[in-house]
This record gives sequence, structure tokens and C-alpha cells, in this order.
Amino acid sequence: MKILVPVKRVIDFNVKVRVKSDGSGVELANVKMSMNPFDEISIEEAIRLKESGKATEIVVVSIGPQQAQETLRTGLAMGADRGILIKTDQTIEPLAVAKILKAVVEEEKPELVILGKQAIDDDCNQTGQMLSAMLGWSQGTFASNIDVGEGTLDVTREVDGGLETVQIKLPAIVTTDLRLNEPRYASLPNIMKAKRKPIDVKLAEDFGVDLTPRLTVLGTVEPPVRKAGVIVNSVKELVSKLRDEAGVL
Amino acid sequence: MDFSLSEDQRAFQDLAADFASNAMEPHARDWDENSIFPVETLREAASLGFGGIYVSDEFGGSGLSRLDAAIIFEELAKGCTSTAAYISIHNMAAWMIDHFGNSDQRSRWLPDLCSMQKFACYCLTEPGSGSDAAALATQAAKNGDHYVLNGTKAFISGAEKGDVYVVMVRTGEQGAKGISCIVVEKDTPGLSFGAQEHKMGWKSQPTAQVIFDDCKVPVANLIGNEGQGFAIAMSGIDGGRLNIGACSLGAAQTCLDRSISYMKDRKQFGKPIAAFQALQFRIADMATDLEAARLLLHQAAQMVTDKLPGATKHAAMAKRYATDVGFSVVNDALQLHGGYGYLRDYPIERFLRDVRVHQILEGTNEIMRVIIAREIFKD
Repeated sequence: MKILVPVKRVIDFNVKVRVKSDGSGVELANVKMSMNPFDEISIEEAIRLKESGKATEIVVVSIGPQQAQETLRTGLAMGADRGILIKTDQTIEPLAVAKILKAVVEEEKPELVILGKQAIDDDCNQTGQMLSAMLGWSQGTFASNIDVGEGTLDVTREVDGGLETVQIKLPAIVTTDLRLNEPRYASLPNIMKAKRKPIDVKLAEDFGVDLTPRLTVLGTVEPPVRKAGVIVNSVKELVSKLRDEAGVL
Repeated sequence: MDFSLSEDQRAFQDLAADFASNAMEPHARDWDENSIFPVETLREAASLGFGGIYVSDEFGGSGLSRLDAAIIFEELAKGCTSTAAYISIHNMAAWMIDHFGNSDQRSRWLPDLCSMQKFACYCLTEPGSGSDAAALATQAAKNGDHYVLNGTKAFISGAEKGDVYVVMVRTGEQGAKGISCIVVEKDTPGLSFGAQEHKMGWKSQPTAQVIFDDCKVPVANLIGNEGQGFAIAMSGIDGGRLNIGACSLGAAQTCLDRSISYMKDRKQFGKPIAAFQALQFRIADMATDLEAARLLLHQAAQMVTDKLPGATKHAAMAKRYATDVGFSVVNDALQLHGGYGYLRDYPIERFLRDVRVHQILEGTNEIMRVIIAREIFKD
């Protein structure tokens, strides 16, 4: 079984995000960028499937600027076999990503695509579902466990009410949740070996997909600064403040 | 001249930083307070390639440069300076076997050292010979296919927990030319250890005397040739000095970072203490000194990798400067934390106790000046 793992280069989760002075977005210049943490979980799961003999090849693919190649190298250092960089400097939205990935899937013919449930920059949570719809493949989203059967996958999903296990047919789309696994570190020798693994470079424009954003960002603002609280003297005062000032009762 | 790290170096740095903050930092206080040598964590570090960073990849090393190692040790030291420093000593000893050993010796010891299934110790100092290392008195008398060792090594990091002791011994005349380098394995009859030393810092690694009493070691364990030992020891310690300097940089950088965030939170006289210019200037000086030390150390590391003629002098300069700056930055950080800096609830005092010894070992900073001056006045 061949597994395709799309990965996204995002602002590192440790970075304190700052809004650009003109409000057009967040500051990305000189900011540490890393692989989307959910995508690390996807790669780890793919590697575990390969280690247990259930997968044969892992291909990582990233759509983004030239620097996204570093993100692919991270995936290769963890244990993926080869990479595909689809270059674009444009902002691309989930629909365009899903359309490009559909073309990649048709070319690579994986049996399984494992995606992070969302990227921590825009938190869209759409790409996996859209890709599933376009391909007409089954989907198991928010996976916290995957069991491979005969042509099927048992996917345990993290849903609002708890856990739900669904059996889906291969080929399939899985999106990963936080508790699926704990991604490994890429060791120093593997970081070096990753340099010798192949990365195909393509251009997003060559996929014949309309990359134009459908959404317009009107503004980006910092979250409001938390105001100091007040200490009330009695329950009566609390209730009256909640009713008359906060308007929540 | 490009001073930015390469893509690879950033990847090594990220890996070391993640490992330090996830696997070392949460335990560092416990290791310090209870003098725990964290065997499992060390092996986990080795599984990522930290056991033989600049050992060639033929026998399990990572095959990286001294500059790569300096970048890595700086990050590891932010998690636990004492443990990072032990890893650096282990690396130094493993490199000596890799670089000067024959292929039998390399295949025999390096795989287990790189995976840290076995721990290495560097044994040069003796009770009566510290800075004057070439005066060492441990004797190795050749008897057929064995050397018989008699003498005592002092201040040995990893003593008793270690498996592979890289020992400088006297096989010939007085002075540096009569010294040889030989590997003594744990459990060799005649090898014993003194009581554990009670130290100010560096508590996550054991330190004790290593005692040889008619200890028979096969001639096959001789590294290099007879009489080459002092050169091997000094060659190893050029790298060791860079590593220890890097450990000071890491401790200082994390203490500086912690001071900056502390100053933003801590309020006195109605405002955060970060608003006081006198303290801002202190931070500015700490950051400047640290950056200068890092540049010098990285330059020296590149020179050692390239085996340039000035490498020994620069390694000595970098060790002297980085460990002095490292201590003074950590000490300033403690001052900025006020009374809280003196408490164990904050890690600053632990970093202070750990980096203090960096000014003393791998050659005291006074000996560094001797080396630097000797090179300067050589012609």
C-alpha cells in the first residue's frame, strides 16, 4: 500500500504571532516556520504502517513556496521515502489545495491519503473532506486510531460525544487528530540521509487549477487585551452585575 | 562571509532544542537534587545521534562537524547543562578512539559508544597533576602482550558508571613524549574507583577517582603509538573545549531569555522592572557579550574542523571567553531575578552552579591564557 501524506509549512507553534502593522495578515518575516503538527502525526502514522509491513511507500507532498522543501526534508528525515514540492508563492485556499492534491493522487495512485485534520495557521479543517468528495473516496476524519483490515480501515474518530469507530473501504482519506500518536524525532543521521532522498519539483500553475482565492481578508487584528477583573462583595452584587452590566442573565 | 546557519544546522538545532525541552529540562532539577545519572535519557539522546556527533558514520557516528556539535551542545545545555556536558565528554572520548584508533579498536568500541550502550570517560587529570598534565605519574609497564597500570586519575566524569576509560599513562620518559593513550574496560581486574565527589554542580554526572592497582590491559588497547598519548589527549581536548564553551553559551542563553520574561512580569515601584533603563542596559550587555562569545566559538569550531594552524589557539580563546561570559551572564541573570534567583524554585542557581566549573575544567581559564600567549609569542 502506497501512502500519500500532504504537509504544510506553517508558523511554528511556539512563536508568538504578531499582526502586521498594516493589518493585512500576520508577520512571517524572520519568523520560525515548521511542519504543521497534525501533519507530523500523519507522517508518523504512515511510518508506523510501513514499519508494520502494511505500507510499502510513503510520499510526502507540499504546496507552497520554495522553503516548503525544508518541510518536506523534515518528513523525509522522519522516514518518508520521497517528496513532491508543488511551488507557488500565492496564498492558496483549501479548495485549490484539494484540487491539486486530486491531480497528485491520480498520478501517484496511493491507496491511502493521510492528512492533518487542520493546519494550525488558518485552522480551516476542509482539505481532507474536499479531497474525499472530489475523488469519491471514503473518509475517516479526526482519527485517534487506525486499524488496517482486508481492503478496509477501522478508524476511531474523535467526535463531540466521545469516540466513534467507522469502517471505511480503501482507497480512503484519513485526517489525523492529536491523540493518534506521538511523532518521533528525526535523528541526526536520518537528517543527513534525507538529503539524498529525491524531491520532485513542480509548479502549481501546471496543474490547470484556478488558484485565485475565493475569500478576501478584510483585516487582521490582535485578540483584545484581557481587562482587569473586579472583586464583588456579595452574591447579590454579582447577580446584578451579570444581569445589568454583562447582560448574560 | 555568511554567518547564518545552514538548513541542516537549523534542523540539528531544532532537534536538539526539542529534545532538551521535552526530555531533559523537565527532569533537570530532580537529576541535580538527587545526583541522578540519567542513563535512559542519555541512550534516548544517543538514538538521535548525539552519542557520536562528530564520530564518522562508519561505526555508528553522525559524521557532523565541530560547528554542528557546538550548535547542538548549546541547545542541549539549555535543558540540563550538567548532562549536556557529560554527553560532550563522552563525544570527545569516542572521537579520540575514532580518530586515532585502528579499525579493530573502532569496530570494537564505537558502535556501543555511539548508541551509549556503553559510556566513555576521559582520564587525564591526577591528584598531583592538573594544569601540569604532562607531569602525570600513572605508570604503564609493558609485560609481554599486556601493560600493567598503576596510579590514580582524579576528577573523572562518569567514573564507575562508565564502561570505556580512555586513559593517559606514562610508558616512557618524563614529560609529554613519554605518555601513551590506552583504553581500559570496566571490570578489568585491578580497576577500582574512589568515593563519589561532593560537588557544587554537575550533579547529574558521577565524578570520582579512577584507581589502577596492577591493572593488566592488553597491548591491543593502546590507541595510536607509544608516546603519542599526550598529543591525542590535547587533540581531543581542543574539541572538548569547544563543547564545554558551547554548554556555557546554552546555559547563559536560557538564563538571559528567562530574565527577559521575568523582567516583563515582575513589577516594582508600580511598573515592570523591564521598564528600568539600568536593567535594560544590563540585558543589552549580556546579549552583546553572549553574541560575541558565540561568534568566537563558532569560528574556532570551524577552524578545528578545517584543521587550520591557529585552531588550538582559537579553541583556547573561545573556551576562555565563552565560559567566562557564560558564568557572568548567568550570574547577572541571578541578580536580575533577585531573591527568587537564589531559590531552587527557579533554575538559575542550578545553571550557575553547573557553569562555574566550565572555567576550571578542560584546562583552566588560566591555562587557556598560557596556550594563547604561547602561540602568540611562538615566533
